[in-house]
Amino acid sequence: MSAGTPPLSGVPPKPQVKALNCPQCGAAIILRSFGQAETVVCESCRSILDAKDPKLAILQQFEKLTSDVHPLIPLGTRGKLRGTDYEVIGFQRRHATVEGISYPWHEYVLFNPYKGFRYLSEYNGHWNDISVCKQLPTDDHGSANYLGETYRHFQTSDADTDFVLGEFSWQVRVGERAVVTDYVHPPRVLSCELLDKEVTWSAGEYMYGREIWDAFKLPGGPPEAQGVYENQPSPVKTNVTAIWVVFAAFAIVLLGLMMSFDMLAKKEQVFQQSFSWHRDDRGEPSFVTNGFDLGGRTSTVQIRTNAPVDNHWIYLNYALINDDTGQAWDFGREVSYYHGYDSDGSWSDGGLNDTVVIPSVPSGHYFLRIEPEMDPTLSSIPYTVSVTRDVPVFGIYGIAFAVLLLPPLLISWRAYTFERSRWSESDHPPMQLSSGSSEDDD
Amino acid sequence: MTQPVANCPNCGAKIVFRWSSSVQTVCEYCKSILVRTDVDLKKVGQVADLPPDASPIQLSTEGIYGNKAFVVVGRIVYEYDQGAWNEWHLMMNDGASAWLSDAQEEYAVSFSAKAPNLPPAAKVEVGELFSWNGQRYTVSVITPAHYRGVEGELPFQYWDKTDVTFVDLRNEMGKFATLDYSDPEPALYLGEFVEFDDLKLKNLRSFEGW
Repeated sequence: MSAGTPPLSGVPPKPQVKALNCPQCGAAIILRSFGQAETVVCESCRSILDAKDPKLAILQQFEKLTSDVHPLIPLGTRGKLRGTDYEVIGFQRRHATVEGISYPWHEYVLFNPYKGFRYLSEYNGHWNDISVCKQLPTDDHGSANYLGETYRHFQTSDADTDFVLGEFSWQVRVGERAVVTDYVHPPRVLSCELLDKEVTWSAGEYMYGREIWDAFKLPGGPPEAQGVYENQPSPVKTNVTAIWVVFAAFAIVLLGLMMSFDMLAKKEQVFQQSFSWHRDDRGEPSFVTNGFDLGGRTSTVQIRTNAPVDNHWIYLNYALINDDTGQAWDFGREVSYYHGYDSDGSWSDGGLNDTVVIPSVPSGHYFLRIEPEMDPTLSSIPYTVSVTRDVPVFGIYGIAFAVLLLPPLLISWRAYTFERSRWSESDHPPMQLSSGSSEDDD
Repeated sequence: MTQPVANCPNCGAKIVFRWSSSVQTVCEYCKSILVRTDVDLKKVGQVADLPPDASPIQLSTEGIYGNKAFVVVGRIVYEYDQGAWNEWHLMMNDGASAWLSDAQEEYAVSFSAKAPNLPPAAKVEVGELFSWNGQRYTVSVITPAHYRGVEGELPFQYWDKTDVTFVDLRNEMGKFATLDYSDPEPALYLGEFVEFDDLKLKNLRSFEGW
C-alpha cells in the first residue's frame, strides 16, 4: 500500500459484544458472536430469538424441562483448541432414538471472530471436535470418502433437538428432527445431517474429556467415558498387522535356527537291537542289553521303541546306565495302538513307535536295562529298541513359538473385543450380537 | 502501481483508485457509487449503510494467495435467508482480479473464468454435475440472494441489482465454483476453499475482547 491511500473514514466501528434484552421477559441477552449467529436463546425464559433482528424477534418458545440441562462448559468460557482461542456461545441437547431407546448427547457451539464456528459434542463422557466439511465427501452407500480416507457407515438415526441455550450459527428450533448418518474412521467421524432437504457434512475428531478440561481450564474432572464410542481410538495403539509381521519375522528366525540345529545335529545311531517277548518265558523279566559307546560331547540321547502292537499295549521300564560311573536314567515307555469302528466311523489311538529324548548325557560306555510288561491278552511280541545320540530337540522351539505368539494373540484379541463393542452399538453389529434384527441400512 | 486520482462528482472528495482496472468505486465520504467513464467519474447511485457485519476482513486487508500478495480493494454484500455474506474484491500483485468470499468465516478464493454454454439458472438442480477446466463439480446449493450494497473498487458496474441467484458447486478436491446470475449472461467463477490461516491476512479488523 502506498502513502496515497486516504484514511478510511467510513470504517465501521469495532464490533462489540452486544447486550440486549429479551423481548419476552426482559432478561439480559449477550450476543457473543458479533452478529454471526442466527439464533440466540434467552437463558431466563427459553425463548428462541432471531439474533439477526435488532429487536430479537421471538422465533419459538419451548417448555422448560422438568430437570434443566446444564452445559458442562458454561457459556462464555474460552479455551484454546488446537491452537485457536474459542468461546463457548451455544449449547444444545439432542437425542437419537434407536429401537425405542433414547440416547441423549450434548453439542457446544464455539466461536472465534476470525476463524468462525466450531463445535464440540459430548456423549457419555466421549468428546468430539467438529467442524463443517469444507470439501464435499463422496457417499457410497455403506462408506464415505473424505480427504482420501474411507469412512465406514456406522449408524443412521433421527436426531431430535430438545434443549437449546445461547447462540447458534443456524436456525435452531426445539423439536426439530434431522436424519444423521455417521461414518467412522477412528479417531475421526464424518456426519451427514439431513434437515429439510438440506445436507450438511461435518467432520469430527475424538477428544478425551481430560483434553477438553485442559483446553477450557475447567474445575474438577471430566465425566468418565462410558463404553466404547463410535470413533474412539482403539486402546491397542500398535498396529495389529505390524505386530503380526514382527511375529512372522521372529518365527522365520526360529525356523531357521531349528533347521540349522537340525542340520548340525549328528543323529548318530549307536545301538539297535530286536527282542522277542514270550509269556511262557520263565525267570527274571528284566535283562540288560549289549553295551554301546556314546562318543563326542555331552548331548541328547533318543531311545526309540517299535512294536507291532494291534489293539494291545506294551510297557517297557528302561534304565540307561553308564558302565563306568554307574549313573542311571530311569524311565518307562509305552507303545500302544488301538483302533476300531463306532457310530462316528473309524477311530485309532496311539501308534507302533515311541521315542523319548534324554537331555545332556555325557559320553561314555553305556548299556540299557529293560523290564517289559505286556498286555495280558498278548502271548508273545517282538520289539526293537534303538539308541541315537545328538538328536535335535524341537520342544524348546515350540515353547519359544508359543511365547512369541502370546503378545500378538493378546493384542489381536484386545483389538478385536474393542472393535466388537464399538460395532455392537452400530447399525452393523457383529454377527453373534444381531439378535434377529437383520435389517440392513438402505 | 498506478493510482489515478479524481474527485468525487458529488462531494469533491479525493477518489484514489488502487487498482487501475477498477470500473466502479464508492466514495468513502458520501457513499456515492461512482462509475468511471472515459473522461471522469459519474455518480450512478448511493449506498445505503451496509448492515453491521462481523467479518474480520476489511478494505485494505492484505494477504497472500498462491504465492501472490493481494490487497482487498472492494466488496459486494449479499443477503440470503441464512444471513449475509461478503464477496471481497482482491487485487493480486500481478494485476489480476480475484474474489474472496466470506460466509460465516468459510473462505473461498475464486477467479472469473470463461466457459461455453453455461446453463440458465432455471435449468440447474442440486446434485447436478458440471465439468470446467478439467475439474468436475457438483451443485451443492442454489441460493436466491439479495444485493445489499457495495464498498470500494469493483472490476465492473454493480449497483442496480436486487435479487440475484447464485449456484454454488463443490467437489471432493476442495475446489469451488459459482455461477452468478446477476446479469442476463451467467458468469462463472472457479476457485477453491481456503484456510483462514493460509491467507496470512494482515490489517484485519479487531474485535472487542479478542
